[in-house]
Amino acid sequence: MSKGLVTGNAYTLGSIEQGEPCCEAVSHFSIRDLAVSYQQETVLSNVSLEVYKGCITALIGPSGCGKSSFLSALNRLSDMVPGAKVSGDIIFEGENIFDTSVDVRTLRTKIGMIFQKPNPFPLSIRKNLELPLKEHGVRNKSEIESKIFDVLHSVGLWNEVKDRLHCSALSLSGGQQQRLCIARALILEPSVLLMDEPCSALDPISSGIVEEMIQRLAGRYTIIIVTHNLAQARRIANYAAFFWMTERVGKLIEFGQCRPLFESPQHSLTAAYVSGEKG
Amino acid sequence: MNKSVSQTKDIDWWFGMALSLLMGVAALLLLLIIVFLTNEAWPVLQGGSWAQFFNADGWYPLENKLGLLPMLWATLAVSFGALILALPLGLGSAIFIEYYAPKFIGKPFSSVVTLLAGIPSVVFGLWGLTKLVPLINNIHPPGASLLAAVLVLALMILPTITLTSRSALSSLPSHLLQNSAALALSKKSMIIGVLIPSALRGIIGGVLLALVRAVGETMAVLMVAGNVVQTPTGLFDPVRVLTANIALEMAYATDNHRAALFASGLLLMILVFCVAWIASRLSSGETNGYD
Amino acid sequence: MIDRCFTFIIWLTAGIVFLAFGWLISEVVVQGVGKLSWSFLTDEPARSGREGGIYPIIVSTLLILGTALVIVIPLGLGSAIWLAEFTKKSSKRVQSTRLILDVLAGVPSIVFGLFGYAFFCGFLDLGFSILSGGLTLACMMLPILIRTTEAGLTAVPNDWRRAGAALGVSRTTLLWQVLLPYASPAITAGLLLSIGRATAETAALIFTSGYVDRMPESLNDSGRALAVHIYDLSMNVVGGDKAAYGSALVLIIMVVIINLSANALSEFWLEKKINRLQ
Ligand SMILES: Nc1ncnc2c1ncn2[C@@H]1O[C@H](COP(=O)(O)OP(=O)(O)O)[C@@H](O)[C@H]1O
Ligand SMILES: [Mg+2]
Repeated sequence: MSKGLVTGNAYTLGSIEQGEPCCEAVSHFSIRDLAVSYQQETVLSNVSLEVYKGCITALIGPSGCGKSSFLSALNRLSDMVPGAKVSGDIIFEGENIFDTSVDVRTLRTKIGMIFQKPNPFPLSIRKNLELPLKEHGVRNKSEIESKIFDVLHSVGLWNEVKDRLHCSALSLSGGQQQRLCIARALILEPSVLLMDEPCSALDPISSGIVEEMIQRLAGRYTIIIVTHNLAQARRIANYAAFFWMTERVGKLIEFGQCRPLFESPQHSLTAAYVSGEKG
Repeated sequence: MNKSVSQTKDIDWWFGMALSLLMGVAALLLLLIIVFLTNEAWPVLQGGSWAQFFNADGWYPLENKLGLLPMLWATLAVSFGALILALPLGLGSAIFIEYYAPKFIGKPFSSVVTLLAGIPSVVFGLWGLTKLVPLINNIHPPGASLLAAVLVLALMILPTITLTSRSALSSLPSHLLQNSAALALSKKSMIIGVLIPSALRGIIGGVLLALVRAVGETMAVLMVAGNVVQTPTGLFDPVRVLTANIALEMAYATDNHRAALFASGLLLMILVFCVAWIASRLSSGETNGYD
Repeated sequence: MIDRCFTFIIWLTAGIVFLAFGWLISEVVVQGVGKLSWSFLTDEPARSGREGGIYPIIVSTLLILGTALVIVIPLGLGSAIWLAEFTKKSSKRVQSTRLILDVLAGVPSIVFGLFGYAFFCGFLDLGFSILSGGLTLACMMLPILIRTTEAGLTAVPNDWRRAGAALGVSRTTLLWQVLLPYASPAITAGLLLSIGRATAETAALIFTSGYVDRMPESLNDSGRALAVHIYDLSMNVVGGDKAAYGSALVLIIMVVIINLSANALSEFWLEKKINRLQ
């Protein structure tokens, strides 16, 4: 899939250039000894891994093993959760994100996040996209217009909504809402996208659309995606990290290139999980 | 982009500061009420002299006899009397709206009850004074009495009980209804045996809310109760409640008399606090029980 | 058989409730409607209110309410927003603030009257005045308004707060652009409910805004609220019943309109919430 339009029946994908193929492993995030606890109860400990630039990294593992907690530590959204405490180091673009000199809001403009349940604001489609732009100082009308066009195109939503940008975002279907949320994250031109089960609240067709879109975003963005759909992880990811819970504390069991992890796992737990025996 | 970020970097901090200032003013104001009332009441509270409220025989402020007991009893008699009357009626209407009324009656009935909850107390008082009191006077003079106060107050707190019980009943999970229907229970046994017990917490919460309102009501009771300071012994006795006492004597009270009125304001606050405390205990138990 | 009995009892209670309130309302309407006329609303009272109208009293009522609102809206909304959006729910300071609010929400209005009389009229030397009355009402409305506003904001789904934070949007912007607009019907409904209560208030005003039934010339003048007027006519003025019922009808109509709008708004808001759930 190179340049040019690919037309499906329900959606149109824009001409996104896929970035460099993910072969040179350049680190984007280095995570060292990460631990997360809620109200002094540790739910995730001792996680160290590298996230490589432009690649898709899939996080897999059973519910409750701390994948979401891990993800929300990466953009410090965990700051918002009452009782949450994160320790360890996360080096992002050469800087430890827990340093006091780091401005959290600037950090979050570089790291977009997509949630399980689509959460567009109860505003018009256009306002949803304008709000973050204006907040970060983009006031020029034509610049805003062109950015809106670009991102809606990127998520294949332009043709569907171009005539009703003033309509409430909540009037869109679930799949469209999720793509709008992705567009909203893209409009700030982040370098990373964190996705927490972005397809699991969608019907199979919308889920397929979103999945294909994620694939096209790879290369331009570093993507970290939590998914329960192992087949999906296998289809789209370059790297995979397998989490498991022992004594109610989540641990990183295995991390590596996606295909080897699925086809010849090093750890017996991983083997059991990916073959569907456990989890 | 970065420039503007650093410009707006602290907007949350500034806005939060401004808000916490407002909260500070509000909290101070509210704290001030408690402090100020205590301060004004201090002359009759200090050094254990508050005991006179419960020892002194009667309320003769000019002779420095400041017994609040008769009025406390009157307050309790009026409030609980009203509650005893309003509870079955209020609960009955709630059951009526939820389970018995045909749709075209139930809906208007409940919206009317909602509006009745907002009727000013002075209007209840006016009606009690001009209609109810003469009626009671025909049966047993003087008419302005404990009974009149109980009746008027019962009517006033009835909407509260109806509305809260109704919302407690209507938020019961629907499987309760289906289960009991599956057991072939009659409608009556279902309501009395299953639905009311399950909604009991919510209903009691509403009753406590109504009790707070009854204890604190001033005007309606003042207008119909007769306002004679005495421990009530019968339904037809004229009585004076704590709130009415404050309203009646505030204008001319001085020195210890005045301080005693402030002390009775504090006493009311303590009564309300106790009821609110029980209510909050109940509602915190609720989340533990069901969630 | 027993079932029949129970059904009968339930219908009977509903009937009693209906009749009792029917009696009260019809009494007010029947007795009051004769008084109601354009001149009743626009004339000065005469002969202690037995005759004439209630124009200055309506003006005083509105002035007292207006004063109270000017104070209570910024304080109440600001505090509620702070409690709901800018604090950690578990902090000591917040919990003690909540405790004060809970206690004061239940305090009888006569106690607020007592405080207003001693503090605003006496200590601050404002005397019996519209200002004193308005300030006292503001104290009374404050805890209620804070709780309803806070409840309205807390009911806004957390998803949007997380979405906003993940986009690096400040809480302040998010509040103005998303949370407050969404919660505004609930907040307005809470505000209207507390206005309804304030309009109906008598006990807190007798000793703060006073009895004077002349047209107030400034906020420092004493002004008689409508509810106080009804109280005075029925208790202290022989032969004032008719005028009292007329004023009661006006007061009820005012309160009902306020409460109906509050209900309509809350229903609108519930609908919004349900639409969001689907
Ligand atoms: N806000 C929170 N407060 C307390 N415990 C939490 C909170 N969020 C998550 N947890 C707990 O942390 C553990 C990991 O949760 P999560 O990160 O959501 O796992 P996953 O996304 O893998 O399903 C779970 O046991 C969960 O109950
Ligand atoms: Mg999760």
